Amino acid sequence: MTVTALLFASYAEALGSDRVELACAESATVGEVVAQLRALPGGAALPAAPLVAVNLTYARTDQRVASGDEIAIIPPVAGG
Amino acid sequence: MSVRTAIVRRAIDVAALLAEVHDTANGATVVFLGHVREVNDGRAVTGIEYSAYGEMAERELASIAGECASAFGIAHLAIEHRLGTIALGEASIAIIVAHPHRAAAYEASRFVIEEVKRRLPIWKREGYVDGSSEWVNASGVPQQRTAREHQS
Repeated sequence: MTVTALLFASYAEALGSDRVELACAESATVGEVVAQLRALPGGAALPAAPLVAVNLTYARTDQRVASGDEIAIIPPVAGG
Repeated sequence: MSVRTAIVRRAIDVAALLAEVHDTANGATVVFLGHVREVNDGRAVTGIEYSAYGEMAERELASIAGECASAFGIAHLAIEHRLGTIALGEASIAIIVAHPHRAAAYEASRFVIEEVKRRLPIWKREGYVDGSSEWVNASGVPQQRTAREHQS
């Protein structure tokens, strides 16, 4: 199945893109999607357990993802 | 009841926000403005570029306002967070809270800014007078310096 990973700020710069389509195993977890991203060129800039939002809601590392999910890797936030 | 939040790409009009929350039921209005400071971590700053995961930031900001309204009994609240390049002294966020009494208004205002700092998916890249720029984390420390300190 395919999911869309969204990258922001320093993570987008490190991977050279703000959007990556990933083919991943059925029943993959958030943590496995992160591991796939970390294996890409520049992916070492991502921490092993970053903040992640699935379809606009913060998610746990062990949460399963589904085909078509939008998985956002959230760098340390700095609003305000 | 007037509770509104927005992520904007223009200057924040504080007077308009004050007018929006004005209600004779209230005896206290607290205004919090966050603005761009001229020095951060010992470096002279020229401005900050704010970016966001826009759709999620709008949702989170609305959630924070809803939680604030129910936790502190706030019926009049306006929050705007600005994105884009913001110059020295200009506001990046305005939180206007009105309540019949000051204690709840102060507490609610503090709640909103702390939740914004904790969970709003917004990032800032600080520009310096020497022409360089760096991503800054929530504690206000440029990330490259943080990385260097972790290595040492």
